Amino acid sequence: MRKILLSSLIILIAIAFLGRLSYLQIFSFSTDHMLDDPAIKAIYDYPERGYIYDRNGKLLVGNDPAYDVMVIPREVKPLDTLEFCGLLGIDKEKFIEKLRKARVYSPRLPSVLVPQLSKQDYAKLQEKMRKYTGFYIQKRSLRYYDTPSAANVLGYISEVNEGDLAVNKYYVQGELKGRTGVERYYEDLLRGRKGVQYIQKDRFNRDIGPYKNGALDTLPEQGKQISITIDKTLQEYGETLMNGKRGGIVAIEPATGEILSMISGPTYDPALLVGRERSKNYTKLYNDTIANPTWDRSIHAQQPPGSPFKTLNALIALQEGVIDENTKIQCYNGFYVGRKKKGCHCGGGLRDIHSGIYVSCNAYFAGAFKKIYEKFDTTDEGMDVWEKHMRSFGLGDYLGYDLPFGQKGRIPSKEYYDKWYGDNRWSASYIISNSIGQGEILATPVQLANMTAAIANRGYYFTPHILKKIEGKEITEPRFTEAKHTTIDPKYFEPVIEGMADVYKKGTARWLQIPDIEIAGKTGTAENFTKINGVRTQLTDHSVFVAFAPVDDPKIAIAVYIENGYFGSRYAGHIASLMIEKYLKGEITRTDLEKRMLEKTLEAEYAKPYSGEEFKINERVW
Amino acid sequence: MRNPTAGRSLKLTNVSGRSILKRIDWLSVFIYLALVLIGWVNIYSSTFSEEHASIFDFGTLYGKQLFFIGVSLITIVIILALEVNFYERFSSVLYLISMISLLGLFVFGKTIAGATSWYDLGFFNLQPSELAKVATALALAKYLSDIQTDIKRRKDQLYALLIILIPALLIIPQPDPGSALVFFALIFVIFREGLPLFYLAIIVSLILIFVVTLKFGTVWLIIGLALLIILLFGFKRKSFKIPVIPLSLVSIAIIVFSLSVNFVFNNVFEQRHRDRFSLWLRLEKDPEKLDQIRKTIGYNTHQSEKAIESGGFFGKGFLEGTRTKGDFVPEQHTDYIFSTVGEEWGFVGTATVILLFTTLFLRLISLAERQKNAFARMYGYGVISILLIHYFINIGMVIGVLPTIGIPLPFFSYGGSGLLFFTVLLFIFLRLDTNRLKESF
Repeated sequence: MRKILLSSLIILIAIAFLGRLSYLQIFSFSTDHMLDDPAIKAIYDYPERGYIYDRNGKLLVGNDPAYDVMVIPREVKPLDTLEFCGLLGIDKEKFIEKLRKARVYSPRLPSVLVPQLSKQDYAKLQEKMRKYTGFYIQKRSLRYYDTPSAANVLGYISEVNEGDLAVNKYYVQGELKGRTGVERYYEDLLRGRKGVQYIQKDRFNRDIGPYKNGALDTLPEQGKQISITIDKTLQEYGETLMNGKRGGIVAIEPATGEILSMISGPTYDPALLVGRERSKNYTKLYNDTIANPTWDRSIHAQQPPGSPFKTLNALIALQEGVIDENTKIQCYNGFYVGRKKKGCHCGGGLRDIHSGIYVSCNAYFAGAFKKIYEKFDTTDEGMDVWEKHMRSFGLGDYLGYDLPFGQKGRIPSKEYYDKWYGDNRWSASYIISNSIGQGEILATPVQLANMTAAIANRGYYFTPHILKKIEGKEITEPRFTEAKHTTIDPKYFEPVIEGMADVYKKGTARWLQIPDIEIAGKTGTAENFTKINGVRTQLTDHSVFVAFAPVDDPKIAIAVYIENGYFGSRYAGHIASLMIEKYLKGEITRTDLEKRMLEKTLEAEYAKPYSGEEFKINERVW
Repeated sequence: MRNPTAGRSLKLTNVSGRSILKRIDWLSVFIYLALVLIGWVNIYSSTFSEEHASIFDFGTLYGKQLFFIGVSLITIVIILALEVNFYERFSSVLYLISMISLLGLFVFGKTIAGATSWYDLGFFNLQPSELAKVATALALAKYLSDIQTDIKRRKDQLYALLIILIPALLIIPQPDPGSALVFFALIFVIFREGLPLFYLAIIVSLILIFVVTLKFGTVWLIIGLALLIILLFGFKRKSFKIPVIPLSLVSIAIIVFSLSVNFVFNNVFEQRHRDRFSLWLRLEKDPEKLDQIRKTIGYNTHQSEKAIESGGFFGKGFLEGTRTKGDFVPEQHTDYIFSTVGEEWGFVGTATVILLFTTLFLRLISLAERQKNAFARMYGYGVISILLIHYFINIGMVIGVLPTIGIPLPFFSYGGSGLLFFTVLLFIFLRLDTNRLKESF
């Protein structure tokens, strides 16, 4: 017993030690720990973020140096606080509080005392800086916007948060990342790749040389300069036209799918989200939930498209052979669904496809729509065919453009109505509103513009996109350079386009004709409703307009959507006409038209639902 | 009993030298050399800096240690060359000298890091407590092996205990409680020679109650005790009569002790002691306070554990330990040298070191047991006890299973006196072992 006492003790100790060591070194060990290792510090070398140019090489976004005043609390010597605060432009209490916070964070490590000094403040401070030991100025780079517009397209950058860090290992605390728009979608291109230098530290956090003699260090990779398809002039012009109006404008070059401008109203100056006032401005913009300036209506606002949708129904009816150019339908200042009469503004009479489009006759398209369904034995079959054609125009689903967000819109399917009415308990007359772009159909302005581009191209479109060049080289991505064909034969487009051209010549937009340019367009006036204190209330109709020009060689296809703008030819039609002229001619000849758009706002209209009083809609104001 | 050649004990002879090399236990020698070599490699890594390239630069710590390895090797030759009965004969004198040298510290001692434990000899600092370890082991063996001594007698037990206690009491006020603790390991020698195991049982139970009380509380201790008693009643043989009165007395004593532990811990201990225990027994659950402990009193242990953990199975490689290079573990070349092994050589390295020590200890036990001579056997046990407690407390502390007690890892830790006297301690025994076949010297 005595003899084996010590031996067993020795073996027990060995087992205990090996157990503990295997727990530490085998079970607790994880390989992903280089940056968690307190003995290794990574020093990053940040490349400059890539510039963004417009389609004509005009600068949209660049970088501006900014100057942060840094402090290393341990090295601070007694100083003339009053003078220093004066130079920094902060009061003494704030200065003392900031210094205290920096010391709490770490006495040895630098903290930001005052971020982003203006150039003027920097110039004043720079001369006197050496008087203040423990403080120094660190230069960094901020986004600089060479335009007051396109905030919704360009997007903004901000510091990464916990969520970003968890998802993407590339980022570390304090780095910037694109949040919306191009900045977000092309983050990897614009950002480049930071260089890293690993430093071996001791326990006092002092550098004691490169880790592994720099074998793991990397050089920074520059951010790429990119050109986007936006036309700076057109974009800026469109935004001034949107003054006091809510809605979206999207213009596309039909031959390429390039987005010429993408406007959301109201918008904001992108420079607001840079610099010292950033968070104050952001909160202000974000909290404006009524006008919602941060909400990009051009890709998010899903609205009933209204009459422009009639052109697609006409194309489907032609393709399915249920009407031809000579088919005539009687309009009784409206049409009957069962015994119920639905109204029409066209003036009545016998309509064919041509006049049906240019006077926007509801009765004609209701008739044509019904014919599509009557061709098939069951409503289901008709619905499937109709839905297939509609979707081939990029409606009812994400378009696949290169922006980080968007909405699908809605092209209802038979399942949608089965759920609503029950299996086989509905027919074409139930969904007759779809014929005139009301009913259950929803589309975003970019989808309307794309649809218009498909008509302009007589049967195909290119996925709308925003990226044009990377480092001066045109993009070759097949998803943007290969045409998407619709299910409508090219020959059926001519009669529809003729009708659309006559919209300008003798139809609903005859006052908006541009001299020397032949335009094809279609007005829309979309009914819409909101809830006020839980009561479904109709508001003034949305003003919608789609157009492309020139008719024979389309250079621009545009969709304009103005909330509560009443008739399509009013706000939307005016804006579309001005935008086309601006783009094609470079100048505006109809200055009265322009003046009207720049001056007229819809603020009064938008205030109505919030006034708490009874209000009239669809008022004739001019 | 006395050897007639005693008078020529200092004579060195070539003839006996050659036979010693034949009879010495080479396994122990190889393990010793391996440990010293591995230790030095890790000291080199812990104290390495790019500026000093030569390993023979005596301005560096690894250079100095290399010098002491050389000194130790020469000392081994001298130890092996000395007449074998010299050690037994002079053990009392040596003990006396070492006690005086410990006393002398109070007057001439040099203070390093708050402890007056060194003599400044100019070229190096001598730590007499290291010498005292050797001397006490020799003196205890000498006393116990004396024909007059009967360990079953109370008086002799007391004397034996006194031999251990004197150096310990002299070392405590330096203050160096860690080194003082080492001497108590020599109690194993007395147990081996017949001190009733009853004492050991009491010591172990007291430690157990102490730990259980702190970790789980008195209530759980009582519940556990009750369960044990129920089991005892349940499984007893019919013929066995349970001594009810002594059993209840023991139970009461345990409960009283447990309650007094709580009292002492909360009222007598200082906060730093409490922190050490709460760190060791993982008593602190509040993450914020735990973090605070890790930054203050538990800093060494925490950093050392982290360094070992970061080594993984194969380690980061020689001179690649980032935490070692960054000096994150304080005292890494001395008491915390094992964490360097852990970081740079991984589990492979740490397990190798544990196995080397374990093999050495088991080998030394078998050597001690084969001694015909009682003095040699008892001294052997003394050597094992001293080495074992160093190894146990040091590695236990470095890997975070024992509270922080600052004593070096034998053959490994940086330090001239330490290496030299651990070598002396071991090789005196190996020298005695070469004469194992003779009952007396």
